[in-house]
Amino acid sequence: MSVVTLTINDELVSAQEGQTLLSVLQERGIEVPTLCHLDGLSERGGCRLCMVEMEGSGRLQAACVTQVQEGMVVYTHSERLVKYRRMILELLFSERNHVCAVCVMNGNCELQWEAAQIGMDHVRYEYLNPDLPMDASHERFVIDHNRCILCTRCVRVCDEIEGAHVWDVMGRGVNSRVIVDLNQPWGTSQSCTSCGKCVQVCPTGALFSKGATVAEMEKQHNFLRWILDGREKKIWSYENGK
Amino acid sequence: MPKVRFATAWLGGCSGCHMSFLDLDEKLIALADKIELVYSPIADAKEFPEDVDVTLVEGAVANIDNLKLAKEIRARSRLVVSFGDCAVTGNVPSLRNKLGVDDVLTAVYHEGPGRHPTGGDEIMPRLLPKVLPLHQVIHVDAFLPGCPPDPDRIWAAVSALLAGEPLVLEPEMRTFG
Repeated sequence: MSVVTLTINDELVSAQEGQTLLSVLQERGIEVPTLCHLDGLSERGGCRLCMVEMEGSGRLQAACVTQVQEGMVVYTHSERLVKYRRMILELLFSERNHVCAVCVMNGNCELQWEAAQIGMDHVRYEYLNPDLPMDASHERFVIDHNRCILCTRCVRVCDEIEGAHVWDVMGRGVNSRVIVDLNQPWGTSQSCTSCGKCVQVCPTGALFSKGATVAEMEKQHNFLRWILDGREKKIWSYENGK
Repeated sequence: MPKVRFATAWLGGCSGCHMSFLDLDEKLIALADKIELVYSPIADAKEFPEDVDVTLVEGAVANIDNLKLAKEIRARSRLVVSFGDCAVTGNVPSLRNKLGVDDVLTAVYHEGPGRHPTGGDEIMPRLLPKVLPLHQVIHVDAFLPGCPPDPDRIWAAVSALLAGEPLVLEPEMRTFG
């Protein structure tokens, strides 16, 4: 594979052709916030947090869905980007009922952490306080739409890794919801294998194990690497379990 | 050096932020050397005084009494700090926002146990249609998130404010929840 050279924050960088810009940034330890991205799943470019500025383009580009190109000139932390990233997080918090204090994922939530990282100490927009349901009809898991940020990790992991494609998204814009099968109670789904992958990849408290209460839920992503390494590289064991 | 005129106030919240403030323990003694506590739920002052330097406000703005006090605080304080998640985000009190005020009162009082206030008798201050974070009602100068903010956060914030420095907390110290 051929090598391309690009400029990131005024520094020359080499990368493999076909690599995403986000993977190059991560290799080089340049931290940009992400929420919909998860190693092992396809990219969606939905949360827009990893947006970067690119010389010659007035539009901001999501690094996760942008391939590196020869001569690309990229900035990752301009004033404009930091401002927009904070706005995105504030909009996410104002759109649904993200009350961290009474959330199963308090202390372990990616949304909560990204907000603290970026310095979002309050939300300037009016909270919408939508009246959203929870579905606890599944034997083992619960979905709380109040906490969902529509990152679609659940949709992708179920389709791409488990192969069941239980989850989907219905509606548009602020009315979008993740749904089970043909928008039915989770417990009545015949396609759900109850594997729990969707729960483990969910960055917030939208999907959780039944019985978990405030701050009790922790999620593990390791299984994604184990499954993919086995499937793609035929690696079946790890030294020291790592 | 004259002592900093310091106040804390309690709007729609559980008083947990004040409990956490008291958990400063021996640091309170150091603090007492620097401040004069001119108004607080833990001090005996009936009216919010004039000429306050720093006021920490716990709680969301949930009713007309909260609203009135918030405006007094703003008019009489040089620096106003949203103290804890209820003041910063609305937090737990704002969970009622998706219900109508009448529905909330019916569920809690009329359908609940015991006698209920009849309304309009000035015993219970009228609820606002929505519980609001403090900064949607008055200008707020600094934000101290946490439910409650733990004593280390409070100390970091109060130390900065008393030194006249801007309130910039480390990421670990500015998480909600």
